[in-house]
Amino acid sequence: MNAPLTAKDFATDQEVRWCPGCGDYAILKCVQKTLADVGADPDNTVFVSGIGCSSRFPYYMNAYGFHTIHGRAPAFATGLKLSNPELDVWLVTGDGDGLSIGGNHLLHVLRRNLDTQIMLFNNEIYGLTKGQYSPTSRPGTRSPSTPAGSIDAPVSPCAFALGANAKFIARGIDTDAKKLSPVLKAAREFKGAAFIEIFQNCIVYNKDVFDDFVAKKSAAENQLHVEHGKPLTFANGTKGLKLNPQTLALEIVNVGDNGVPEAETLVHDETNRTMAQMLISLPMATYPMPLGVIYREPNAPSFNDAFWKAHATQGKRTGKVADALRKGSVWTKT
Amino acid sequence: MTKITPEDRAVVVRFAGDSGDGVQLLGSQFAESTALSGADFSTFPDFPAEIRAPVGTTFGVSAFQINLGARRISTAGDQPDVLVAFNPAALKVNLGTLPKGALVILNTGAFNARNFAKANIEKDPRETGELSDFQVIEIDVSAQTLEAVKPHGLSKSDAEQCKNFWALGCVLWMFGRDRDPIKQWATKKFGTKAPEALIGNIAALDAGHAYAETAELSAEIPQFVVGEAPMEAGQYRTITGAEALSLGLAAAGELAGKQIMFCGYPITPASSILHYLSRMGELGVATFQAEDEIAACCAAIGASFGGKIGVTSSSGPGIALKTEAIGLAVQTELPLVVINSQRGGPSTGLPTKTEQSDLYQAVYGRNADTPVPVLATAGPGDCFDGAIEATRVALRHMTPVFLLTDGYIANAAGPWTIPDMDDYEPILHGAAPKPVDDPVELKKAIWDRSGQSLGRPWVSPGMKGLAHRIGGLEKDIATGDISYDADNHQKMSEMRAAKVAAVADFIPDQRVEQGPQKGGLAVVGWGSTHGAIHRAVSVAREQGLEAAQIHLRWLNPLPKNLAELLAGYDRILLPEMNMGQCATLLRDKLGIEVVQLNKVSGQPFKVSELVEAIAANLPAKANVKAAE
Repeated sequence: MNAPLTAKDFATDQEVRWCPGCGDYAILKCVQKTLADVGADPDNTVFVSGIGCSSRFPYYMNAYGFHTIHGRAPAFATGLKLSNPELDVWLVTGDGDGLSIGGNHLLHVLRRNLDTQIMLFNNEIYGLTKGQYSPTSRPGTRSPSTPAGSIDAPVSPCAFALGANAKFIARGIDTDAKKLSPVLKAAREFKGAAFIEIFQNCIVYNKDVFDDFVAKKSAAENQLHVEHGKPLTFANGTKGLKLNPQTLALEIVNVGDNGVPEAETLVHDETNRTMAQMLISLPMATYPMPLGVIYREPNAPSFNDAFWKAHATQGKRTGKVADALRKGSVWTKT
Repeated sequence: MTKITPEDRAVVVRFAGDSGDGVQLLGSQFAESTALSGADFSTFPDFPAEIRAPVGTTFGVSAFQINLGARRISTAGDQPDVLVAFNPAALKVNLGTLPKGALVILNTGAFNARNFAKANIEKDPRETGELSDFQVIEIDVSAQTLEAVKPHGLSKSDAEQCKNFWALGCVLWMFGRDRDPIKQWATKKFGTKAPEALIGNIAALDAGHAYAETAELSAEIPQFVVGEAPMEAGQYRTITGAEALSLGLAAAGELAGKQIMFCGYPITPASSILHYLSRMGELGVATFQAEDEIAACCAAIGASFGGKIGVTSSSGPGIALKTEAIGLAVQTELPLVVINSQRGGPSTGLPTKTEQSDLYQAVYGRNADTPVPVLATAGPGDCFDGAIEATRVALRHMTPVFLLTDGYIANAAGPWTIPDMDDYEPILHGAAPKPVDDPVELKKAIWDRSGQSLGRPWVSPGMKGLAHRIGGLEKDIATGDISYDADNHQKMSEMRAAKVAAVADFIPDQRVEQGPQKGGLAVVGWGSTHGAIHRAVSVAREQGLEAAQIHLRWLNPLPKNLAELLAGYDRILLPEMNMGQCATLLRDKLGIEVVQLNKVSGQPFKVSELVEAIAANLPAKANVKAAE
């Protein structure tokens, strides 16, 4: 028997060309290790990407890879997965690639529920084109194209995914492999479109933009790691979320000695779409950032399964063209 | 009773009425009957662009034209010899197309003030003298149909629906045709589902026939005598371009032993290919309706990467959107068939009208030096072979291939000799290499292009030991690794050009379809003008005007002998339904001058206008010969 593969076996001989300190390195390592952990087969795994820094990802993965064109990776992945549903297909995209030029395709791959993992590296900036503001940039972002600060309201990737009827929505942080890896595993196991927003630090053009909740010293206070069936608590269990039935809003409450008993906090139900909506919509300034698997609806059919089930012969060639040519009215000249 | 034996052994009949009058069904059943009579024919439906245009309006007129004859027929005919008009609007829009002496059958039941108003007709055209050049037969088809159907208990509106069958009965008599095959077809179509419609339609059919045969009026209704056309022995069927193209793709899949993955997005006039293919699942075809044109092309390329034959299809505006993705397929050396059912442009243009104006787009229309092979289909039945050939080249050379067709071919139909699938060679591609341990050697094997075709092995995810990465960045010619090396880019660009040029090594020499092999005038065409040019050159030659016909299947690359062949003629006349795109191409690739004949009216060429152009362009020497 061959020795089990290690993270190294998923690396290629290509020199990685991201900027030193880029969050992409950490994600790459985490994905390589996760695939080794789950015993993935490189020959059966495909990474499909669009254009942008994140989209260089396939070149560095020892698996099949397709670096396509800007924003269209979901469409390539759809054709690929339909042509061979046995493949384990991963999509790598960014906030510009996936939500600006490729917003349309992201919408459709999610609503169709194609069985694929979609990693959206969100760094709230265009990196590869040297720092212009992106559709997830916060208003007022100063960039080469917005010297006076950007004016558009940003899109929330997870809210977009939920609106598109995604059946699996999760969040992770580039450098937090311990928490990101289980999310990637769950996404891989999910039979449908698994959307993962990964907060990724662009060290050159948008350094530490997520420090509000990523910075180590305040992480416990500002990160809410959700887990199905577990209470929605944070700050080492001293705070939690509670539903205010009057306002239908989540409120932060103290838990334990100085507050309510833990049993009164809301318990995470990843199958509850309303709860997912509330968690995704929490205002960043005053609430912790929900991370982990926020929403999962496991029983919906995947597009690839439904596609071949609906096909007249489930993809088998049962007829001959010679016969099809003679269907209908045929006459003979002698 | 008048019996007419048409002068040039062919008759053009045009049925026109409201979208709801059942004109298309009437026309197609008359065509079926024509097929069984042994005559050759060509049909062309002329739909309004609007889906349900207001009843009685000119823009709501739907028409069906058929040219049938005791000789080989190559177009749907220049002008109708017989017009059946179901309402004033139908008469109004077709009046200008009628030659002197044409037979016009009017449904007078619809000739009333209300319908004149809807068609913006001020005075009843029967009273203005507008029809004095024609032989007009007035029949109240609506009333006659009601009368015939009444005993069978149909409601008035249901009974009204039968008037196309009444007219069909009448026309069948005019051409001495048997009603039984139509009745059999109707029984199959309506039999159990709509027994009342069946009874009503058959009653109307018989009544129309009897009316023409026995009514006092019938002295005026002439009978046409059209014999059998001399056609090669074999099995025939009727086929439209869209259906032939779809079957051709299925055949290509069968010949390659691979599944066809067709990814499309609805657009006129290309959608019918998507519709046909979505009903060909058992032939190894799967169809995916994508969210847009770009996604359709990308999904097809994704499918090709996955080892299926990726096919995408659209019309000009949609092809424009696919352009970037086509460049990626060139760059990654993946097979892809891109079908363009051309229509009038620019922009949205004339969606339901035909044109050949996307040749530049196919040959030249991409960023950078991104050559793509381009071929065009010449007629409805030819779409079958065109689809097979496009797929063969895509797989052999591992490249996207443009297959050009147009709105005219897509909808036009005629008898087609059913091909024998055993006559086709299997479609081959470069086989995946055996895995090797050395990673560099492995990459080289994956990109090891054939010396002849420059096609690389087709390696798909899931194949053991062959994992590799492809993408839009320039790659090393040997290993496929990303490369920004200057010399390498030069080599890769040359390789891509050489690959498309290599297609010429595999295609047959250009032949002369009729007329002299050199000297005098050659009429050069491409695509759907074939039928009209064929007939025009035949007619011209019968008249003593010596001209040759040369029709191009391959536009990129051009056949290797084309330059020499064309150099042998004194003059080249190039009719095309655009402002001179093939003329530019020949000038560019062969350095030759041609006389352009450009028509962009949304209508196909008429044989008569081509004959005139041939006569006007005969070089002096050939003219002298004709005069002798």
